Amino acid sequence: MPASIQHRRSASNTLRIVCPNGHLGFAPIKTGSFRIGCNCEPDLICADSGSCDVGPVPLGADISSSPTQWQVDDLETMLTASRRLGVPMIVGSAGDTGSNSRVELFVDMIRDLARKQRLPKFRIGYFYSEVSKNELHRRIVAGEEIAGLDGRPPLDLAALDATERVVAMAGIHPYIKLLDDGADVIVGGRSSDCAIFAAPAIRQGFPEALAYFYGKVLECASFCAEPYGGKESVLGEISMDDVKVTALLPEQRCTIASVAGHAMYERANPFYEHFLGGHVDMSRCRYEQYDERTVRVTGPSYVPAAELRVKLEGSGKIGERYVGIVGVRDPYTIANIDLVTAWARQQVIERFGDSGYGLRFAIYGRDAVLGDREPLRAAPAHELGIVVQGVAPTKAMAEEVCMIATRQMFYARLPQVKGTAGGVAFLLDEVMPASPAYRWTLNHTMRLDDPLELFPTFISEAGV
Amino acid sequence: MASRKLCEVAKTIRSKNAGVDKVTFDVIFPDPATYNRVRESGVLAREAICRIFRIDAAQITDHVEFDPALAIKFTIYRRVPSGSPGDADIFGSQQYGPLLDVEVPDG
Repeated sequence: MPASIQHRRSASNTLRIVCPNGHLGFAPIKTGSFRIGCNCEPDLICADSGSCDVGPVPLGADISSSPTQWQVDDLETMLTASRRLGVPMIVGSAGDTGSNSRVELFVDMIRDLARKQRLPKFRIGYFYSEVSKNELHRRIVAGEEIAGLDGRPPLDLAALDATERVVAMAGIHPYIKLLDDGADVIVGGRSSDCAIFAAPAIRQGFPEALAYFYGKVLECASFCAEPYGGKESVLGEISMDDVKVTALLPEQRCTIASVAGHAMYERANPFYEHFLGGHVDMSRCRYEQYDERTVRVTGPSYVPAAELRVKLEGSGKIGERYVGIVGVRDPYTIANIDLVTAWARQQVIERFGDSGYGLRFAIYGRDAVLGDREPLRAAPAHELGIVVQGVAPTKAMAEEVCMIATRQMFYARLPQVKGTAGGVAFLLDEVMPASPAYRWTLNHTMRLDDPLELFPTFISEAGV
Repeated sequence: MASRKLCEVAKTIRSKNAGVDKVTFDVIFPDPATYNRVRESGVLAREAICRIFRIDAAQITDHVEFDPALAIKFTIYRRVPSGSPGDADIFGSQQYGPLLDVEVPDG
């Protein structure tokens, strides 16, 4: 077996990237394995910071789901290493959503860190990914189809009107442009995870097929290693012939099973990865154990798209939201829990009518998580927890909807109940304000003439 | 015929969002023999998935056997998009529960 690639490049012409975190800011970088990675002569340090996994609230409300301090800490870890080693740093899908405000937030954080640390001047590049509703409106009115993904119908004006904010998923193009412009640090708007890593590799002439696969395998950091352990760094190396990925935490290894297993992670299909400009076909990939902690992959192919189509994500507000929590221990009440929630709902209807608000009961201990797909919903637990959600146009109304439904479960009229002093147990005799309710209004694609047209790039100086 | 539960024979059983409208399931086996035995048994075939989750076949968007990872992988539409009213699993990460008890006939 060859010597570990941690210590020596496997060919003369390679590009090495350390990835310290699969969702920067969401949970802190583990710095031990990152330090090891920084000693492996990386050519770049790259991480993705976004995900639609966090649900529609952050994009709709234009907030981060990650705490500010964790974002600053992770950026500081990467920035300090990047400037010390003199290699570029790239962060994509800034601040969970990649909206314009999140890009600006990360750029400001990096400027502040550079000033505080008195880092020598460097060039910071960034790009935006938001798409204006006016632009989408114009295209719909002109008869252009904004096509739905995953069974959704084409975007219409009603769905657009209900939308708060839209981001487009950038490919490699704005990253390559900013690298060409001399950026030392790049903060990207919403982008395909793999593009963050593929862009520098393609720019340096490595084959597209390997470069996109390289991005796919690195984007979640140590999720491609075993045993399971997130937020640890991994080292990638691309050559003209292959991609290699190495676990950096001493307790972890990349194995054929862990790397192949990661290729299918959070994707509908393990064989295809789509992005702006085409897709990579992984169905003929070959995985080999290269050294004890490194896997070598060959054989992906790149299929350019016949038409440029960009993915759009959009979120729209439904209303203000309050939450109440009750417990149930009486077996008779548990067996008749649908009558209890129906009673509570009826009391809300008597106050507000049957529309103009939303009311949901999530019945933990029976079927909250799977709903009607729960095979065991006819066999509930000995104790139920019920989370009541009231959604309405105003906070006052949402609070009252939620309060009526929560409190009226206490007064539910079940014919043979023994306990007549209260039908449910209150954790708190109150309802709590929650984030407003949003929903994903766009999961669509739109035609582009130029892969840069939605992604304006900017470059300026930071440091002292 | 004797059988064991899927959670006793699989190495990993997980679910996760695949975009905002789908949830994908990965069942990964420790060795080729177990992988092949489960594949051939049909206990994770399309019809079985429909029965387990009480869905019709049109709800399954992908169903593949992925040899390099010794995995059976399938993807289904969500009941509602991630985070919409009525969804209580924003990441889709606990949808695999019903798979744990699937009976796998001994080889």
